[in-house]
Amino acid sequence: MDTKVKTRLNLRERYNLMTRDLDWEPSYQSIKDIFPFLEYEGIKVHDWDKFEDPFRMTMSAYWKYQAEKERKLYAIIDAFAQNNGHLTLTDARYLNTIKLFLTGVTPLEYMSGHGFTHLGRHFKGAGPKVACQMQALDELRHAQTQLHAVSNYNKYYNGFQEWRHWHDRVWYLSVPKSFFDDAATSGPFEYILSISFAFEYVLTNLLFVPFISGAAYNGDMSAMAFGFSAQSDEARHMTLGLSVIKFLLEQDPDNLPIIQRWIDKWFWRGYRVLTLVAMMMDYMLPKRVMSWKEAWEVYGEENGGALFRDLGRYGVKVPMGWEQACKEKDHLSHMAWNVFYNYGGAASFHTWAPSPQDMDWLSSKYPDTFDKHYRPLWEHYAAEQKAGRRFYNATLPMLCQTCQVPMFFTEPDDPTKICYRESTYKGDKYHFCSDGCKHIFDNEPEKFIQSWLPVHQIYQGNCFPADVDPTQPDFDALAEVLRWYKIRPGEDNMDYADSPDKRNFKAWREQATTN
Amino acid sequence: MAVVSIGPYKFAPKDTVDKFPAPLLYVGWEDHKMFCAPHCVPMPPDTKFGDFVKNVLPGMYSAHPDFEKIQWEQVLWFDSGKPFQPDMEKTMAENGMGHKSLIRFRTPGLTGLSGSAF
Repeated sequence: MDTKVKTRLNLRERYNLMTRDLDWEPSYQSIKDIFPFLEYEGIKVHDWDKFEDPFRMTMSAYWKYQAEKERKLYAIIDAFAQNNGHLTLTDARYLNTIKLFLTGVTPLEYMSGHGFTHLGRHFKGAGPKVACQMQALDELRHAQTQLHAVSNYNKYYNGFQEWRHWHDRVWYLSVPKSFFDDAATSGPFEYILSISFAFEYVLTNLLFVPFISGAAYNGDMSAMAFGFSAQSDEARHMTLGLSVIKFLLEQDPDNLPIIQRWIDKWFWRGYRVLTLVAMMMDYMLPKRVMSWKEAWEVYGEENGGALFRDLGRYGVKVPMGWEQACKEKDHLSHMAWNVFYNYGGAASFHTWAPSPQDMDWLSSKYPDTFDKHYRPLWEHYAAEQKAGRRFYNATLPMLCQTCQVPMFFTEPDDPTKICYRESTYKGDKYHFCSDGCKHIFDNEPEKFIQSWLPVHQIYQGNCFPADVDPTQPDFDALAEVLRWYKIRPGEDNMDYADSPDKRNFKAWREQATTN
Repeated sequence: MAVVSIGPYKFAPKDTVDKFPAPLLYVGWEDHKMFCAPHCVPMPPDTKFGDFVKNVLPGMYSAHPDFEKIQWEQVLWFDSGKPFQPDMEKTMAENGMGHKSLIRFRTPGLTGLSGSAF
């Protein structure tokens, strides 16, 4: 026998053996039966082998890297918990950003794991299959490590305990939830474009950098350690996003208009979700990192601008709504925080009006707009609160049919006028916050007429516990919705000034620092 | 193309009028964004427009210092953005309000806290 057995393989050979060579052409089943989702979106792929997995990692290498990162992460989480790290935060008020992240983002990581598992099964090419399977594992890992990193706070503070229950029910959480449900119910190509490209590549820095830097600035070593542990995964996800879009654009010129439509849609949907990040950065962090406006200028205008210049050679245009997003940067966070101030009674975290020092910071970061448009509002609220009349809006808001955000956005060129857009479909009216959201609805009305709008669901009677009778004269709708949400009045919601979180943090910190 | 799907795709719209106790009405007070977004309420079609103004609007808006200064006879009304003159003695239905109609009103001279539109 003269066959030479090579005992040591180089990385590329190893990768091919463990991935590419596992892919084969079926002999007695049709490709269409095995991969039923590949054609209906209209995307044409002629040669799947042209997709080069940018990382060429094998499973064994993947486990090794991730295990190393996990060891470090959990050592830090344990040390932080054992040393009462929560008492070294700038202020317990900071934790409301973590509550928002846990209820709004962590469940999306889990959903994303589902989505990429689906793609790993249903894409035909070995390269994208392997990359998607690894990303599916990353996403699952992110959901788990986020939960573990913040679970220690649940021992001491309110607003963490029902995170998963809230994600499916509470009004503002329908914004991130519907975003992901929309992606997960799309075909595989739209899904990968929405998540890997529009979100991971174009927008992810605007989500993770603010939250993780916010953690670092406010003494939250636990959440910060999670962020570092996820960073190299995120870099991999971004690279996948970019390589996928280039691959699809190079495969067939007919793909361009479909992809452009998805870029327009998913940029706008993702940007609307980032509204929550904008207000977090400007209003919720006790010690701020940078303003939303600055973050948008760096990660949106500069990085995004460079990206779309690069993609211009494929004929891709800057997404629809980009210009409006740039105009909104001076206004977005102020208006968004007012929404939560209005409806802080129905939120699972605390809200508050900015202090005079906070307002000075906002004036310095928003010299053209804060004093002119927003300071009078916050000063009015502060005066009302001092007089014992903390303002809560008692009537439910009108929501955008597409993004599900309360209709607070203003006309792109007039920050004093709320933007109203409307379509009629099969005899019913539908309302939108923007041209972008109307455009998305008009392209796919059959999907968006099914939006689970929290306000409408409450009025349909679908958001009360089973043991109540809404026809009784003493029926208290808001109280029953909160009970159905499992939000404990006065503990999880309302103003931070009156919260047990604030009282407890003060008492514990005094115990820790004095006799 | 109303949807991209792998097969037949037919689902009932979630928010048809039959699912609510009364048709929904959206209401927005122009230049008063202290109420961060327009409101949404079920509104029986036989409600007189005058009763809506007298009994419903105060519950929504009286927390604003401008509310008590409103001269109701000067108020400008809009139906989905188009100016209209409601008849206070007639019902919502008779005034043309249907499911998910959007009423906005402007109160001349009143433009929010320190004129900030809030």
